[in-house]
Amino acid sequence: MGSYIPNTGSEQREMLREAGYADFRELYADVPESMLIGALDIPSGLSEFEVRSRMEALAAKNVRFTRIFRGAGAYDHFIPAIVGSVTSKEEFVTAYTPYQAEISQGILQNIFEYQTMICELTGLDVANASVYDGASAMAEAAAMCADRKRGVCLISACVDPQSRSTVASYCFGSGMELVEVPEKDGRTDMDALAALLSDKTACVCLKQPNRYGIIEDVDRAAQLAHAAGAKLVESVYAMSLPLLRTPAECGADICVGEGQPFGMPLSFGGPYLGFMACRAELMRRLPGRIVGETHDAAGERAFVLTLQAREQHIRREKAGSNICSNEALCALTAAVYLSAMGPEGLKNAACQCVSKAHYLADRLCAAGLKLQYGAEFFNEFVTVSDVPADRLLARLAEKGILGGLPLGEHEILWCCTEKNSRADIDEVADTVKEAVK
Amino acid sequence: MKLIFEKSVPGRSLSLLPACDVPAYTLSAPVRGSAPRLPEMSETDISRHYTQLAGRAHGVNDGFYPLGSCTMKYNPKINEAAAALPGFTGIHPLQPEETAQGSLQVLGDTARLLCEITGMDAMSLQPAAGAHGEFTGLLLIKAYHRDRGDTKRTKIIVPDSAHGTNPASAAMAGFTIVNVPSGPDGCVDLDRLRAAVGEDTAGLMLTNPNTVGLFDRNILEITKIVHEAGGLCYYDGANLNAVMGIVRPGDMGFDVMHLNLHKTFSTPHGGGGPGSGPVGCKAFLRDFLPSPTVKEENGRFSFAYPAKSIGSVRAFYGNFLVVVRALAYILTLGREGIPAAAGNAVLNANYMMKKLSPYYDMAYDRTCMHEFVMTLERTKKEYGVTAMDIAKSLLDHGIHPPTMYFPLIVHEALMIEPTETESRETLDEAVSVFVGIMEEAKRNAEKLHMSPLTTPIGRPDEVAAARSPVLKYAF
Amino acid sequence: MNLPEELKYTKSHEWVKFIDDTTALIGITDFAQESLGSLVFINLPQVGDGVVAGETFADVESVKAVSDIFSPVTGDVAEVNTDLEQSPEIINDTPYDAWIAKIENITDTADLLDAADYEKAVEEEN
Repeated sequence: MGSYIPNTGSEQREMLREAGYADFRELYADVPESMLIGALDIPSGLSEFEVRSRMEALAAKNVRFTRIFRGAGAYDHFIPAIVGSVTSKEEFVTAYTPYQAEISQGILQNIFEYQTMICELTGLDVANASVYDGASAMAEAAAMCADRKRGVCLISACVDPQSRSTVASYCFGSGMELVEVPEKDGRTDMDALAALLSDKTACVCLKQPNRYGIIEDVDRAAQLAHAAGAKLVESVYAMSLPLLRTPAECGADICVGEGQPFGMPLSFGGPYLGFMACRAELMRRLPGRIVGETHDAAGERAFVLTLQAREQHIRREKAGSNICSNEALCALTAAVYLSAMGPEGLKNAACQCVSKAHYLADRLCAAGLKLQYGAEFFNEFVTVSDVPADRLLARLAEKGILGGLPLGEHEILWCCTEKNSRADIDEVADTVKEAVK
Repeated sequence: MKLIFEKSVPGRSLSLLPACDVPAYTLSAPVRGSAPRLPEMSETDISRHYTQLAGRAHGVNDGFYPLGSCTMKYNPKINEAAAALPGFTGIHPLQPEETAQGSLQVLGDTARLLCEITGMDAMSLQPAAGAHGEFTGLLLIKAYHRDRGDTKRTKIIVPDSAHGTNPASAAMAGFTIVNVPSGPDGCVDLDRLRAAVGEDTAGLMLTNPNTVGLFDRNILEITKIVHEAGGLCYYDGANLNAVMGIVRPGDMGFDVMHLNLHKTFSTPHGGGGPGSGPVGCKAFLRDFLPSPTVKEENGRFSFAYPAKSIGSVRAFYGNFLVVVRALAYILTLGREGIPAAAGNAVLNANYMMKKLSPYYDMAYDRTCMHEFVMTLERTKKEYGVTAMDIAKSLLDHGIHPPTMYFPLIVHEALMIEPTETESRETLDEAVSVFVGIMEEAKRNAEKLHMSPLTTPIGRPDEVAAARSPVLKYAF
Repeated sequence: MNLPEELKYTKSHEWVKFIDDTTALIGITDFAQESLGSLVFINLPQVGDGVVAGETFADVESVKAVSDIFSPVTGDVAEVNTDLEQSPEIINDTPYDAWIAKIENITDTADLLDAADYEKAVEEEN
């Protein structure tokens, strides 16, 4: 059994004596006898060697696919080696929240640099230090838009199910009314949106690209929203930012998204990274930590957590959000990734995602599948087949390939990233071709 | 130190990806006007930049970190090794269940172990942090009352000593907050509690030991008062390190609770996250848990979808790699190790408190749990030296300051939580540093006002930062 | 203590300057700004909002704290002092010139004290 308690039994007994206690039981004198449990009904502790074996055995029970054609919120992108080298530095891993600025300049500066990068990517004025993930970021963004007169959140049916479910739960808490904007041919129905907007609408929430991989007309949605006095919340696929018209250019007031593509492995869903950026006038409504630049008495540039009076530890029940931690180490991961990739490398990766997805789509159509929607897609797309989706995916799995996500009995949502080689894409198409015969 | 953007040189780059091996596809959708100004650097310079930043950070691996209510215990390296296994990092959350049995078992086993440790019947590992867990737990309470058709219950009772996330979470969940003052002993004032409960009480949020580090002896009476009024009891698990394996929140009368894996269960703080805030509940609330949970049948693990689930509070299943670390920790400590850790956390705190008592005023003169609160109110009056001054002086000695100015019910508070992973000599050294600073306070208050003197920067101008916020680099 | 005689005061440290029977300017006292420390932000009400005597209608932030400001009167917000948004420190520098809001259609007031009684109340508090 390990316990990471340095002091030996005899040291502990001496310390008890010095502190004025006969034994450990006396330390718990305030606890009613009836409440003390005898022993936990769990196994005894193990040595490090045994723990390692156990954890390795658990990991070995998983099937780890190395050729992945599935996205839907978690993306298999290339992670440069420098990322892991930096994020495993003890000073970053074992540090607490940088409340004591004088000894935390490294952490604070990194967050400041990360905030700058998110602003550059989204084109918006202010970014926070991150929130838990993309889905909860959308929920927090919707809450930012509510005020006394506007309490309705319009959310497109083309936003991914995870974000919609999360926004719905947060609205259950806040009392904000959630109304769905219908979809039409795989995109948000803009006519329906126009009809739903009113002077009670706080915000319109869209995903870009949407849950089917299709590129939305965000400009149009922003125009409609603003004409009705509402705000536009745009959630983006991180890897679309280097290529597509920025959220700022489209007229978004708040941009959020899932930062996992920027250096975080798939990890069965977490930890991930929710990024948030907004226009300057919404700055004080942003939840979570924000790092600002200032100076010390000697004139040295210094970074601090700022605008803290927004947050829970000061405002308590009047805070806009209860959020206390961010995903600091994940924000560091993203910053290192973005620095390593650089603007050219990032654009190149994004272009490869788009090109490979379109190549796969062409080859799958030639193999006998059909695209479900006609609108242009980014790097994910939906196919329909006569044969059941399960059969196609099973054949691929036999070859160690994780195919697209089955959306229904015959529909599959495929995804390509820069990691999918032409040879692998060809193998997928050839396998599908065999299976549809 | 320069910002990374100030080290950027146009044209520099790494060689990370091969050329595209398929025909290039050009989107017809509108593209961005100009490229983002991300750094253009060589790998050498990136690596050095982050090494420099690391040199200006301070983790629990660098030294004693007695932050009250944060449980800065040692972060075991075997946990990191487990979390880095490709068999865990490379698994897509939407893989078929048969191919993710290992990950599902990590979630299932951890939930089961945490239930046993806490006395709860069901657990969701979905929330990403303690505050996230609080919000989730409060939604469970809200859903429970709504399901019973009881819409009058709109109030959550919170002691004035509570952590700020408690009332903030309750407000986010749509409740109004009733603050109940603590008695002079720092514990819940039973009479005030009785006066505060009623037909509009949805629940009570409490932590025990409380935020001043004391075990509330009346806990069974407290939860009984709330239950009799028809409310539920929520346990803030932030202070579980004092009692894990010794007492269980489920036995104290709590119905729902959250845990902080990044406190009690040794997962690292990462400079502010990622953490993990699992939510546990008694059987009668399990149908409301966030979806999906994990179930086991004859050794096979799969997702379950609670019948009246509140939905989800994030995408997917939780901060999975953080849960992996916590599982490795629980397996290491096991049946005997968990209560031993709690016992030594309490011993170390009382040991430090005893040794500091001749020099510092303790807020409460009784046995503490895993943390204790000192008050610098008298030192402020007599010498003009505040809790802030003491804290900043500690930085010059390489010790991270304790928690300052919390809880609010103690003036000029410093809250110290040594944790069980500190050796006797580390505690003795820390005590002598504290004693030295107090002597300095009496002789030379001015020096303390100017501290820290040996850190990379001195006290930053926070007023300027807040009045004219500069939140990104100006290119 | 800096207390202009022509103003009225509340126990919660606001001052009121009546322009006529149903219109007044409100701000916070020198004692208040001193206790709060350097102000970094003020959350102003919106023009058109109704305010109620004794209830909060705005708040001010210092670096480490937030403080509610209570309305001394019941009425409607006619104007807010937008200069304070850019420079909340004006309140610290000249608390009695730094009016926060102009209230019209005043129908009721909280307990208002004159300068001498306010000074006494502050001394008793300490």
